[in-house]
Amino acid sequence: MEEVIDGILVKYPLNNKENLIPVLQEIQKELGYLSGDSLLFVSKHLNVPINQVYGVATFYDQFHFHKKGSFHIKVCKGTTCQVNQSLALLTEIEKKLQIKAGQTTRDGKFSIEVVSCLGACSKSPVMSINGNYHSQLSKENIHKILSSI
Amino acid sequence: MVFTVEINNQKVAAKSGETILSILNRNGIKVPTLCHLNGFTPTGSCRMCVVEVEGMENLVTACSHPVEEWMKIYSHSPRVLKARKTLVELLLAAHPDDCLYCSRMGACELQTLSDELNITERKYRSRKPSIIIDRSCPSIERDPAKCILCERCIRICNETIGVGAIEIIGRGNKSSIGTQNNRGLNTQSCVKCGQCIMVCPTGALKEKSSYNIVLEAMNNPQFYPVIQVSPAVQASVSEDIGIKAGKDVLNLLWTALQKMGFKQVFDTSLGADLTIMELSEELVQRINNKEKFPLFTSCCPAWVNYIEQARPDLKKHLATSKTPQQMMGMMIKRFYTESENSSSKKVFSVAVMPCTAKKHEAEKSVVADCGTRDVDAVITTRELVKMIRHFGIDFSTLEPDTSEQPYGMRGSAGKLFGVSGGVSESVFRTLHCKLTGQDLSPAKVSETRGLKTRKEIRMKIGKMSIGFVSVSGLSNAIQLLKEIEFGRNNIHLVEVMACPYGCINGGGQRIGTDEKSLKSRMKALYEADEEELIKVAHKNPAILSLYEKILDKNENSLGINILHNFIA
Repeated sequence: MEEVIDGILVKYPLNNKENLIPVLQEIQKELGYLSGDSLLFVSKHLNVPINQVYGVATFYDQFHFHKKGSFHIKVCKGTTCQVNQSLALLTEIEKKLQIKAGQTTRDGKFSIEVVSCLGACSKSPVMSINGNYHSQLSKENIHKILSSI
Repeated sequence: MVFTVEINNQKVAAKSGETILSILNRNGIKVPTLCHLNGFTPTGSCRMCVVEVEGMENLVTACSHPVEEWMKIYSHSPRVLKARKTLVELLLAAHPDDCLYCSRMGACELQTLSDELNITERKYRSRKPSIIIDRSCPSIERDPAKCILCERCIRICNETIGVGAIEIIGRGNKSSIGTQNNRGLNTQSCVKCGQCIMVCPTGALKEKSSYNIVLEAMNNPQFYPVIQVSPAVQASVSEDIGIKAGKDVLNLLWTALQKMGFKQVFDTSLGADLTIMELSEELVQRINNKEKFPLFTSCCPAWVNYIEQARPDLKKHLATSKTPQQMMGMMIKRFYTESENSSSKKVFSVAVMPCTAKKHEAEKSVVADCGTRDVDAVITTRELVKMIRHFGIDFSTLEPDTSEQPYGMRGSAGKLFGVSGGVSESVFRTLHCKLTGQDLSPAKVSETRGLKTRKEIRMKIGKMSIGFVSVSGLSNAIQLLKEIEFGRNNIHLVEVMACPYGCINGGGQRIGTDEKSLKSRMKALYEADEEELIKVAHKNPAILSLYEKILDKNENSLGINILHNFIA
């Protein structure tokens, strides 16, 4: 992992905190998430206190701090989906997988993320698993979908 | 450029570039602020200082908005007052109701605002994300539930101290002041200076209290409680107990502390005198051995924390002499309480310090002598004032104790440790004598005085030109480190105090310390120096007899060991 991060960091000048977000984006692209160690390397390289790096990273929804599961579930909480009980579905998924949104199961199979809109409001409530959309969800078919994986 | 603007239908002069708040304050109009800190980047995050400007649709924040020529400003119009009231009501929506049990009771800015804006009920209710109280740090406790996200602590940590130990984590209604992964403050770059406590408007930040430990020890018949009081505390405590600052404070405090149950009372400046002796000896040795300069003072524990955590490569520059607190603690346990009738009891040594980092320092193992702690508990100035009230001591009826105290015998050099520049000044006096054999005359070194964050002395002693730099505010010290790295080599001693202007403004002092009180504290310390006859550490009879004692007792070279920290 260190080599990957070093490879990214050498492209950016030392002590220049303007590059913080691009660096984080690139690391996330390579590793799939931002590990605690990678934040430390970034903090050292750009001379930004580690807490500031973490503060910036938690501000944006695009950054994750857990490794994504092999099946990444995105649950929509757009207005239409929320009206159609998508948050109740989220709790159902959380209960079934025994993790919270933003976390990954211990076996590394599933991870959950809540997103603002998946752009399929007419078919709400919607979720996507690794880019495949599942629409007009209900408690029953969620169990079916998750069990079939 | 100077122009006129209209404020509350009155024409006043304004300079271009200044904020609305500064012009309002200059004209005697008080606008409530929460997030505003003089001299720091404005954030406008609390919105408490909103004012109405004719022609602008929204209210603007006075603390961050520059004044312009066409402006007609209303600072207390009905719309503004209503907005401010709602703002405080919203801040209180998720604020705990435990004011009666809060450490900040009476000094809380949110409480004052709620009173000023006549808020009598809880209008809105909401919940904060549940975050537990962070008690991990030996000096500072954080209770995020009481935080109102004004970011003052973050700004002072970044701009004055320069370590960035806390930051806003998350976004929107989920945001909180925290650390990476909500780890404890003890795992962070925090140097424990406590400046964040000084600026916090609520009780979200406070010192880790040793109050109950001290009270218990005082009530325990097995213990023999003794106390040492730091010079910076002596300069500032008078503000809280309603007496005039000056020499009398010390004598009154002596009487008061003995009345409260402390068997013996010591002055930390004696420990400071010992630090001066050792520090100047280290300098002489470095000059003779042609070792690398500069030497960094080690009397500020927050600065020592910074070096140990962030710049371990510079440890060899750090002086090994113990700090005045530890020197005094060591002397109390080794020499001063032995002769007394205390052999059947355990000495419980308390220190009153203007500092939160001293709490951490007393716990460190490397500064303990012979396996026991030199200082058993450290309380801050605030805790001392609380304790004085707890025991119902009325200072107006106390008689000052003027009897000659064997352990109060001291020179005034150690007193100067309370203010930035004082360590340089007193070390300089002793060093001058050690190098030339003559005392500095006059003893006052005016370059080290005044309310500045950086002071430099340069003096010729014989053929050598000796340079001392004293900086206060850790970020200024970090700046100086950069200068030294880029090749500045004419400095022999760097004196660092992490808090701006030194211990008189330390993290354990009274909440709401302003420039006026800083000046009066500084004056009190300088006056003590003027009045004292022994102005140098090496002529203090107590110190001289102590050196005889140490050398008597220790045939093996332990004599030096107990005065120094040898950090591995």
